[in-house]
Amino acid sequence: MRLTQGTFSFLPDLSDEQIRAQIEYCLTNGWAVSLEHTDDPHPRNTYWEMYGNPMFDLKDAAGIMAELQACRKTFPRHYIKLNAFDSTRGVESLRLSFIAQRPAQEPGFMLLREESKGRTQRYTLRAYATDRPEGQRY
Amino acid sequence: MIQPYFQAPEAEDAKQAPDPHAEPSVEIEAVLRESRVEEVLERLERELVGLRPVKTRIKEIAALLLVDKLRRQFGLNAGPPSLHMCFTGNPGTGKTTVALRMAEILHALGYSRKGHLVAVTRDDLVGQYIGHTAPKTREVLKRAMGGVLFIDEAYYLYKPENERDYGQEAIEILLQVMENQRDDLVVILAGYKDRMQRFFESNPGMSSRIAHHIDFPDYAEDELLAIAELMLTEMQYRLDEKAKRTLVEYIALRRQQPHFANARSIRNALDRARLRHANRLFASRKGALTREDLITIAAEDIRASRVFQNARGGKSHES
Repeated sequence: MRLTQGTFSFLPDLSDEQIRAQIEYCLTNGWAVSLEHTDDPHPRNTYWEMYGNPMFDLKDAAGIMAELQACRKTFPRHYIKLNAFDSTRGVESLRLSFIAQRPAQEPGFMLLREESKGRTQRYTLRAYATDRPEGQRY
Repeated sequence: MIQPYFQAPEAEDAKQAPDPHAEPSVEIEAVLRESRVEEVLERLERELVGLRPVKTRIKEIAALLLVDKLRRQFGLNAGPPSLHMCFTGNPGTGKTTVALRMAEILHALGYSRKGHLVAVTRDDLVGQYIGHTAPKTREVLKRAMGGVLFIDEAYYLYKPENERDYGQEAIEILLQVMENQRDDLVVILAGYKDRMQRFFESNPGMSSRIAHHIDFPDYAEDELLAIAELMLTEMQYRLDEKAKRTLVEYIALRRQQPHFANARSIRNALDRARLRHANRLFASRKGALTREDLITIAAEDIRASRVFQNARGGKSHES
């Protein structure tokens, strides 16, 4: 099951050239780009692990692309997303966030049903991959 | 009148003979017009006094990049040339100013994508504890990508007297990026000549990765005067005839004193002259000041300098 989180997630994966163009767009708007990675892509897991600090004051996409390659090399089977943070006063939040790498195999999520009080049905999601310990998933 | 920097002897021949079988050719004029390089070089010529060897080298680099651009149109590719540079020279010879201009030129020629300059010193690259240096250096490098990284007084990066100094780590990361991401950024090192030489002796890898070693000569007295006049015009002041003669005298005396920093000393002298000029106007309590009064620096404003007093009082005084 293909993970659909963030911008562009219903499109085919972006090529490096396209990612670079997106970064250039972010930089011309003055947004700070940062990288995050995880092997637990539960929809409620909003805060992924940061890869390095957010990159403020950059002028060119080359630095971020180099960082992205380094992150891919370190975590070849993790999800990696690229965030663009707008620090303008009053906004101060993410403007753009998209997945820049995903594992080859995405087993997807299991729907768990739970009986609770008064025959109420409760639902929850669990990623198949999280059966295994951290670092050995995917 | 400023002569064109790039002559195109073939251009005339091409106009005379519109031979259909002729080889495809490119117009060097067209490429020149397209890039703003001539305009930038003209400004360089106009705004920087002297510095002959520096200007020659910059023109050579500009010509190389332009020819590379033309060659690419024919599918000839030699790979991006290495443009890392080292500026050596005494204080105040214009190293930083030229570096700033360099970023602009490389941008105009399409070599660097953004054309900004990031000026750093040792403090910005080297960390204070183990593991602090690498991320710090990388961050600076990332910021400089697409432009020019200017490392002032680069020899401070390497401190031979301290074995465990983190400067070496910064140098290694720098070298790696200078080699592998040559088309992403241009590194310019700057510093005094003798100390830079010692720095390169202990870091041969750095020396060999820098293609252009440019030496900034000291200014001659007439060049310093031209610089002073340029600075004054920029600040919208002017010297009267007598003040000009005094300034010539001042420059000759100041050059012989210790801690002479070329154009920087001149700038400081002018700033002090402005101070005295303002004070003189204030003290005179003249009713109505004309525009002329406000822009003219008189001989006495310069004459009051300590340099003249020391010269009169003999050489016992320092500074």
